[in-house]
Amino acid sequence: MTGLFELLGLGASAELLSLSGWGGNLLRGLANSLQIAFGAFGLGLVIGLFGAYGKLYGGKVTRDLLAIYTTVIRAVPELVLILILYYVGSDIINKISEGLGGGRVEINGVAAGIWVLGVVQGAYATEVLRGAIKAVPVGQIEAAKSYGMPAFMIMRRVTIPAMMSFAVPGLANLWLIATKDTALLAVVGFNELTLETRQAASSTRAYFTFFLAAGFLYLMVTLCSGAVFARVEKWARRGQPSLKGGAR
Amino acid sequence: MDTATAAASSPETDTRREAIRVEDLHKSFGNLEVLKGVDLTAQQGDVVAIIGGSGSGKSTMLRCINFLETPSSGKIVIGGEEVAMRGDGSPANQKQIERIRTKLAMVFQQFNLWTHRTLLENVIEVPVHVLKVPKAEAIARAHELLNRVGLGGKEDTYPAYLSGGQQQRAAIARALAVDPSAMLFDEPTSALDPELVGEVLTVIRDLAAEGRTMLLVTHEMKFAREVANHVVYLYQGRIEEQGPPAEVFGNPQSERLKQFLSSVA
Repeated sequence: MTGLFELLGLGASAELLSLSGWGGNLLRGLANSLQIAFGAFGLGLVIGLFGAYGKLYGGKVTRDLLAIYTTVIRAVPELVLILILYYVGSDIINKISEGLGGGRVEINGVAAGIWVLGVVQGAYATEVLRGAIKAVPVGQIEAAKSYGMPAFMIMRRVTIPAMMSFAVPGLANLWLIATKDTALLAVVGFNELTLETRQAASSTRAYFTFFLAAGFLYLMVTLCSGAVFARVEKWARRGQPSLKGGAR
Repeated sequence: MDTATAAASSPETDTRREAIRVEDLHKSFGNLEVLKGVDLTAQQGDVVAIIGGSGSGKSTMLRCINFLETPSSGKIVIGGEEVAMRGDGSPANQKQIERIRTKLAMVFQQFNLWTHRTLLENVIEVPVHVLKVPKAEAIARAHELLNRVGLGGKEDTYPAYLSGGQQQRAAIARALAVDPSAMLFDEPTSALDPELVGEVLTVIRDLAAEGRTMLLVTHEMKFAREVANHVVYLYQGRIEEQGPPAEVFGNPQSERLKQFLSSVA
């Protein structure tokens, strides 16, 4: 038994992955990844909500600007966008800082990651939410109007809750994409899970062990997210009979 | 026929206050003129039935009164207050139109209950969030109203689990919850199965009997004759004939109304 254990190198792997060693680094990387994914997803939702309302109800200029935003962001590969937004963003901040008489600014990696991925997520969220808002039966909004609700209250009390059931599947997709897009931030030297994994692997030469471990962590994130989104979708669909029929 | 105050103006009703007045209302959708100058007055307590063929403009007229449709021109006065309109007919003052809308409760052909809210939540939504009634008070009143329309015990049910007739009765409870000065019914039974029409008409009949002011767009001629004290027949965007139900139904003057009545009888 112990022989087989040794043969597969599991003992060595367990040692390598211990929390006090490289394993701890991987978990710290995961925490960084999740922090950015959360922030980017949240920022994306905010951008997406304004974007969707702007596209649906905005004036011509607003609609054109948003069309350019969603088209360009969705057309350019994310890796390229990340490089552009990261370097352009930090360059602009430094220019402003120097212009104001300050020195060069150390860009916070988490903030930069959130802003870069958030802008990307926002373009996709705009389209997801636009579709969801359009799917809300117009009668429900008319009813709200006819009872004297102001526009913002209609958005808060009627449109957003009613569109949630249409938006959740698309938003769940976006969240999973956000968790995995954090890996792309490795190219700008941010210490998220993928970069930590690469460093651990190249330092120890145990590539298989570490990339398998990282893959496992990403899978766990996906599975947990799936469970959470299943609950969110159930809540968002409250009041709608199940498509399979039967009891509620 | 075209006088602005033709509605139920018998001597003893003249002292009542005016609820809704529409003057020279025009509405076009693109090149299509749907309303070609409609005048209508409803005093408080009036039940005005609006009848007419499809495309006659009756629903559009109703929807112009609370500005769900923007009139092209004309004048709308609710409870003595004229709605300020811009040159293009759109409301000049959004706050004013929102305030006026809270006095005009609308009941829709397709019910338009909020599907993500239970019946109770549907009924308290406007009182609590628009009219700022304390929540406990609104809930107590909602129970009363749901009982009244025969939906006691269904408070926590979502609209999708109810029949059309039940949904429409809940929509009426929602309308009553704002304590409206007038109610606008837009073909309230047209989307219902025939066997469910009766239960909704019963509720509306009770409301009429207690002296609620109502504008009722309907295809139910028998019902219109029974509950209305004034009937308006619209034909291609104009009022072709109007008067007390006994006159309009019993002794129609215009050929078109005669034809219409024989076609729906």
